[in-house]
Amino acid sequence: MNEFNWTFVAIAVLGLFGLFSFLATVVLSLTWYERKMLARIQMRVGPSRVGPHGLLQPVADVFKLMAKEDVRPDVSSKSLFWIAPVLVLVPAFLVWITIPFADGLVVQPQDLGLLYVVAISTLGIVGLLLAGYTSASKYSVLGGIRAAAQLVSYEIPIIVVVLAIAILVQSLDLRDVITGNEVVIGERVITFNGQGAIPFAAIMPLGAVIFLIAGLAELGRTPFDIHHAESEVVGGPFLEYSGAHWAVFFLAEYFNTFVIAALTVLLFFGGWSWPSPPESIFGTALEEWQTDALGVAWFLFKTYLVIGLFFWFRGTYPRLRIDQLMAFGWQILIPLSFVNLILMAIVMFYEWPLWAMPAISVPLLAATAYLAARRNDRKVNTGSVTLYRRQKRADGGNELVPPAAATYEEAGARGAGN
Amino acid sequence: MPELPAQPTPPTRIDNDHGGTDMWINMGPQHPATHGVFRMELALDSELIVDAISHIGYLHRGSERLFENEIYSQIITLFDRLDYVSNFNNELVLVMAVEKLMSLEVPDRAEYIRVILCELNRIASHLVFIGTFALDMGALTPSLYTFRDREKILALFEATSGARMMHNYFRVGGVKQDVVDDFPQRVNSLLGELERGIDEVDQLLSHGEVFVERTRGIAVIDGETALDWGLTGACLRASGVAYDVRVDEPYSVYDRLDFAVPIGTAGDTWDRYYLRVLEARQSIIIVRQAIQQMEPGPIQTKVRAIARPPKGEVYAHAENPRGDFAVYLVSEGGESPYRLKVRPPSFCNLMPLRDLLIGHYVADAVVILGSLDIVLGEVDR
Amino acid sequence: MTTEEQGPESGPDSEAKRPAPITAPKGRRAPDAPTVEAALTPSGEALAALLPDVLAPFELEIGADIDEVVCRVAPEHVAEVCAALKSDTRTFMKYLRLITVVDYEENDQEFEVVYHLYSLEHQHKMVLKARVPAADPALPTVTTVWRGADWYEREMHDLFGVVFSGHPNLVTLILPDGFEGYPGRKSYPLHDYDEW
Repeated sequence: MNEFNWTFVAIAVLGLFGLFSFLATVVLSLTWYERKMLARIQMRVGPSRVGPHGLLQPVADVFKLMAKEDVRPDVSSKSLFWIAPVLVLVPAFLVWITIPFADGLVVQPQDLGLLYVVAISTLGIVGLLLAGYTSASKYSVLGGIRAAAQLVSYEIPIIVVVLAIAILVQSLDLRDVITGNEVVIGERVITFNGQGAIPFAAIMPLGAVIFLIAGLAELGRTPFDIHHAESEVVGGPFLEYSGAHWAVFFLAEYFNTFVIAALTVLLFFGGWSWPSPPESIFGTALEEWQTDALGVAWFLFKTYLVIGLFFWFRGTYPRLRIDQLMAFGWQILIPLSFVNLILMAIVMFYEWPLWAMPAISVPLLAATAYLAARRNDRKVNTGSVTLYRRQKRADGGNELVPPAAATYEEAGARGAGN
Repeated sequence: MPELPAQPTPPTRIDNDHGGTDMWINMGPQHPATHGVFRMELALDSELIVDAISHIGYLHRGSERLFENEIYSQIITLFDRLDYVSNFNNELVLVMAVEKLMSLEVPDRAEYIRVILCELNRIASHLVFIGTFALDMGALTPSLYTFRDREKILALFEATSGARMMHNYFRVGGVKQDVVDDFPQRVNSLLGELERGIDEVDQLLSHGEVFVERTRGIAVIDGETALDWGLTGACLRASGVAYDVRVDEPYSVYDRLDFAVPIGTAGDTWDRYYLRVLEARQSIIIVRQAIQQMEPGPIQTKVRAIARPPKGEVYAHAENPRGDFAVYLVSEGGESPYRLKVRPPSFCNLMPLRDLLIGHYVADAVVILGSLDIVLGEVDR
Repeated sequence: MTTEEQGPESGPDSEAKRPAPITAPKGRRAPDAPTVEAALTPSGEALAALLPDVLAPFELEIGADIDEVVCRVAPEHVAEVCAALKSDTRTFMKYLRLITVVDYEENDQEFEVVYHLYSLEHQHKMVLKARVPAADPALPTVTTVWRGADWYEREMHDLFGVVFSGHPNLVTLILPDGFEGYPGRKSYPLHDYDEW
């Protein structure tokens, strides 16, 4: 055993501290971003009073939450109740240790980074289940169980898509996904050039779509926000929490949002690699820190775009029901993700050109969408509501009679027939 | 004096057929999706509802008893507070009942003003319904859109009656005061905005994949059963029963207006929702015609300041946004009614809730309740 | 609320300032007032002519209020009469609009239970009335005829103490559990409180 490496510990502690501060700032910006974006969608102004454009509103929120009384239900289990938020937050934070912001800019690079990310992020379920169970509220229990069912189900397509990526890159290191990798298997040399030239979303569109949807479900965001649905289970596992402990849940939720968005960007949209090298864009040679800074900025920009997409969904969609959610996960996403995996394996094994992947999976995606839409068409049948007209009865009264189809337009009922 | 029967306590445990025990969950009166202070107890087998008990009365103010001790013009203010989402429609029923009892002729202009305001109120009420219904399902945005449009209607109400919601504007024999001079222009420009607003929400919500999945085939009730329960309004028409008080027993000037009534066939939640969207569009058509037909003239017949109807009984009703709102008025010839019974449509629409809920999921419970569009102010009175 | 419970403000001083509670409602009855005249529509006339035939086995008293046919029956026959009215194809009273109680306890020692019925097919409307003694107001339930009668009967049981025998679940509906008295009745003190 080597002697204890104090330098390593110091760097790790500093790195973790820096990472946490950075993430906390990101969360603050995300809450502002979400509220402003929702406000734009809903034709409101959003936060506008605290600081310029309401930029300090998240800070004010933090102060408010810290100042609030931390209430615990009398009959709840005290230690478990207080520890549940931490159990949710810690995995959400630990995931970030191995996620690179730029080439080399990572707290602890790991060869099995992808595996680590998938494994750690699953742990948060325990905290949610515990929070639901120990809150001594039936709504919390419902929410906790919903969370467990949902998160476990949607973990599977994520893992399978990540496996497909691992097959393509022949590595589980997140840095290799971006910068490229070269593996020798037997006689074959597999060279993968990294995502600078062509993002994985173009190679594996099916995987990208599955990952995005399953990731959205993993976050519990609209339309998959069934485990803390306000109108049904009134906040689910978070129902009984207030003040700082609720804030911890909140923090964890936004950590996770950021993780999923960052992973989407890393795995499918080229991470920090610019479309072409920054040197050629700016025309001069750049120092290493400049390249890194540009990389981080580009990475964050793309991540915020993806998060913006999540917020957009939130402003648009109603919520699914639990059976529909599970059916969608198990009947559509999981089979599709396995198709994606097998396709990837075939393409790699038989050394087909890479464009075979999109060539097969895009029609597959289109066919799925078409089938879903057709199934829905049968179900919708918007003609079920028709406009009846008034007519005189023989005995002098009035009655309503169904009209001939031609009179729809006369009635001025736009949208009635289509 | 008859004895009250012993209060049965709701069962706390039900052993279901696969060896488990159902969970009783209390929803309301503070639950965010019970539209006021409605409370239901649901027995759940995991997420499925196996039994339900409704509790009302948290907003009971003894209105009907109060009516007996107020003069008629004071009762109008109390009627505003029954169905507090469609105030004009409530007032109309009361003044219609008194006018019927006193055989009063109401001037045409007053009738047209009443119809215009009532139909606008119907649109406002349906907009609230659409917004809250979407909110029950987790869609945040439509509620903001519909409340924006409703606010424009309420601004017009404020210009007309002086109040956004508790108007106290209709009088026995007419209306309180004439409308503002540019009323027709205001209404016409408002109608254009409402049309656009309704179209916007319709496009955003009605045919969306998730929305249809959540509402199609949920809480189906057929016409016979609906009528048996006494459902009225959109809930009855969604089940295919063509009954609308404005057509069957035309009151006010509805027989001079040309409009259609949407009737559903499926009797499910989607039909109940979409019917109201179409109804709001029909109301726009009605208001357009009424504005054209309205002519200058008196707005009030001569009535004693304190109305004193003759002895007799009268039943007056009208098609409120929520259904057949009726008033049964027994007068003994005094300044206040001897008995004034209100038939609140929400009260009846809420009755079959247990039958509708059983077999559905918890998440559907709020959607089903939302589709009935209840207002607790009139359920409890 | 009694004076003792009123808190610090009530006392001998405030006693004098407080207005006397209103005991008698304003002009509720006016014995000399005119009575409205009935004017039935043709369809109402037709229904009035039809009723003795449809309800042949029962004792009826058919009259009219403004524009509605009023039919008085004995309270014990209410359920049967309603069932006949609903099932007979000539009347088809499928829609129960309203059930209510009118309190005539002061003068007649009686309650009047009023049923408003409507037929969608024939567009006939009618009122069915039954008088029950105020001391023991009981009559059969009509929930077996229209399920929609359920909450109406529970409400009347709450407010007036009318007992509907055979009702499947005649428990408190809109009053708090354990509330004593029948606040719908005229005899229930309404103004037994102080204006604040």
